[in-house]
Amino acid sequence: MDNVSRRDFLKLGAATAALPAGLTANAAAAATAKTTGGKSSPTYMFFNSAEAAFIEAATERLIPPDATGPSARQSEVPRFIDRQLSGAWGTGERLYRSGPWREGSVSQGYQLPFTPAELFRSALHGITADVQNEHQRDFAQLAPDVQDAYLKELEAGKRTIGDVPSQLFFQSLWEMTIEGYFGDPVYGGNKDMAAWSMVGFPGAYADYYDLVDQHNLVYRRAPISLGQDGRGMIHLRPVNATTPPGNAAAGHSGTAHGAKNKK
Amino acid sequence: MATRLPEVDAVLLGVGLVGTMLGRELTRAGLKVVGLERGDPRSTVPDFQSPQMHDELRYSIHQGLMQDSARETVTFRNRDSETALPVRRFASFLPGTGVGGAAVHWNGQTYRFQDSDFRMRSRVLERYGAKIMGEDLRVQDWGVTAADLEPHYDRFEYLLGTSGRAGNIGGAKQPGGNPFEDSRSRDYPTPPMKEPYGSALFRRAAESLGYHPFPQPSSNLSQPYTNPEGMELKTCMFCGFCERFACEHYAKSSPQTILLPKLLGDKRFTLRTRCQVLRINLDSGRKQATGVTYVDGAGREFEQPARLVIVGMFALNNVRMLLLSGIGIAYDPQTEKGVVGRNYAYQTVSGAQVFFDESVNINPYMRSGASGTVIADFVSDNFDHGPLGFVGGAFIGEAMSHGRPIEFHPVPPGTPPWGLEWKRAVARHYNHTSSLTVHGSSAAVRQNHLDLDPTYKDAWGLPLLRMTFDFPDNDVRMSAYLTQKAQDIARAMIGGTAGRQVAAAPRKGPYTITQYQTTHNTGGTIMGADRSSSVVNPYLQSWDVHNVFVIGASNFPQNASYNPTGTVGALAYRAAEAIVQRYLKSPGPLVQA
Repeated sequence: MDNVSRRDFLKLGAATAALPAGLTANAAAAATAKTTGGKSSPTYMFFNSAEAAFIEAATERLIPPDATGPSARQSEVPRFIDRQLSGAWGTGERLYRSGPWREGSVSQGYQLPFTPAELFRSALHGITADVQNEHQRDFAQLAPDVQDAYLKELEAGKRTIGDVPSQLFFQSLWEMTIEGYFGDPVYGGNKDMAAWSMVGFPGAYADYYDLVDQHNLVYRRAPISLGQDGRGMIHLRPVNATTPPGNAAAGHSGTAHGAKNKK
Repeated sequence: MATRLPEVDAVLLGVGLVGTMLGRELTRAGLKVVGLERGDPRSTVPDFQSPQMHDELRYSIHQGLMQDSARETVTFRNRDSETALPVRRFASFLPGTGVGGAAVHWNGQTYRFQDSDFRMRSRVLERYGAKIMGEDLRVQDWGVTAADLEPHYDRFEYLLGTSGRAGNIGGAKQPGGNPFEDSRSRDYPTPPMKEPYGSALFRRAAESLGYHPFPQPSSNLSQPYTNPEGMELKTCMFCGFCERFACEHYAKSSPQTILLPKLLGDKRFTLRTRCQVLRINLDSGRKQATGVTYVDGAGREFEQPARLVIVGMFALNNVRMLLLSGIGIAYDPQTEKGVVGRNYAYQTVSGAQVFFDESVNINPYMRSGASGTVIADFVSDNFDHGPLGFVGGAFIGEAMSHGRPIEFHPVPPGTPPWGLEWKRAVARHYNHTSSLTVHGSSAAVRQNHLDLDPTYKDAWGLPLLRMTFDFPDNDVRMSAYLTQKAQDIARAMIGGTAGRQVAAAPRKGPYTITQYQTTHNTGGTIMGADRSSSVVNPYLQSWDVHNVFVIGASNFPQNASYNPTGTVGALAYRAAEAIVQRYLKSPGPLVQA
């Protein structure tokens, strides 16, 4: 490893290690965020303010905060979903969109004309009216246990929210929540890779050749994102591993792998 | 109006694994060959490089290397009485696209089918009698034996550099290899991969129960290797981004790493990408193909005359191309007349999960596509089916390929599906869970078949392929029995330690296209010695149009317990040999009907 990338590595390791388990918005994000109701929100490109309020509140119940790891909102899952829906995925990338449209069996999967963006827009419109009708207030203003009960009814297909079956909307919301929580931070979620740190997934590393046969290795390393390649770090062999007593030592000084990242 | 191009000796439909292999063999025999590929040209550098390649959302969730279902999909129903509807987004299976085809994003599991698979019908009848076959079962013999294919398996494995340990060389059993394999002429070209921790735990548990674990044969390589074509492959780094991804390391055997640069350097070969073949054209007597009609990336239509047509696309697309071209008679499940589209089969995959306590660190992200340890004790006819009431089998193994967390975040049964308890369970179990695979065979039955959809069309206005499939009762029984065996091994893995548990679920119907299972779609252009029950002869030559060869897993009369690519490669080399050594000298049927 040359001196420059080693110094960068040490800096990154120290910065990541210093982060608390439950993360708060960092200064850079705060600078571009606006403030609503005392909490910061990203600049939304797809959601209007009512939709954003629901998405922020609902995803926070799907993955709530505690000391184990970040919540959906702490991971910026709402920003991830907003970006997905405002881009190619939202407009139906890779979705076969020719009719005729017919209701199929469960085995036949999704058979509605909505793109993901249209599906969210329609369902969120229906949910706003449905929650107002039931509770005379917005979802975000409900108590957490009331929010959970409502989400469970969406999940079970028991709410009428317009043309989109409520269980289908719930399933889409949950899938995108997971994607935003565990996907690479370059897509706008998984802030500070805290969800990866929570489970111990190291991210975009390319090489565990020297570690794979060190069985029962206790491996701890700050995760790495696609966005960090500019530091020339992706191809480093992982270091800083520790082994429990009785196992072979994991000591391995980092070496650059792959000519393209050598400086 | 199509522009007519100068005639060539051979045209390849698809430049994936089969197209690249056939292209190489035919150009080497002196033929002028054009390869038509519907997708983009791709190379290890710069297309497959990190960090972009290590993007789970782009490649695994959003299927960046796969067939675009917006333009070309299939329709699906469980049974003939239903109306088939389009698979609007691929999920259960993921056909690839682009130069190199699915062999770019495959996992590299490289098996040989057994002789008892190739003679399945004869073998079952000999050993058990007709009663074990339910009335709907249509399993057949392939028209080849393991001995016929051995030299071609061998050649294919040495092309790929497959890493493994032989179990039977020239009839002599080899310690540590698969004791059930048929005799092979020599050992694998490279030794087995390193064994990850979960696989080692599986091996010890399987041995304690009297089974015979062996390292899964892998075409992610254990060491550097130079193949007979002079292509150099490198050592797999266990990066955990293999299946659904392309390899940045030159360590996964794919056309780009084993053969394609040699083919592209041959002046007799021309590659045309972004070319969608609409149909194979026939002469007025419909006994010979005259070439193909295709549309290029700009929408212009061309006729490419050719003396020989090699259909080497994904299995489902091979079937569709014959139906669109009117080659062979389409299968009718009511009358059982016709052959094209019959014996569509799949893979009956299930699994068991082993939830350890936090003293066991599985490190699931330190994996390769094909690393792992498996047993063949329940493969094919390696066990007595007499009392069991089903045919076929499965390999069982610990062959995890990744720990990418969007897809992999296991929680034990009873965990709430979301919320705080879910999050805590994910954090608790992610690094302490091992998954066992039960990779089951798929029997052909009368009612499962492929034909053209009467309603839905692709982006070029042609009918989509229609799939009618559900898991046969035979396979549901097989899965129940063998998933229980996997569960027993999983229990042996956890021993009596507190804080550990096992979860398992056999495969049950109805088959649903909403959940990923496998991309081992087989049949529809099946091979056989009898033209009344097969589409191609044992050299993969169309019974109806002798200058059309159809090559791929669409040739399988039913699917076996193992992954299909090794057998596709062996069949492709055998067909190439027959074309070069016999057909070119005397064009005509290689087998008299």
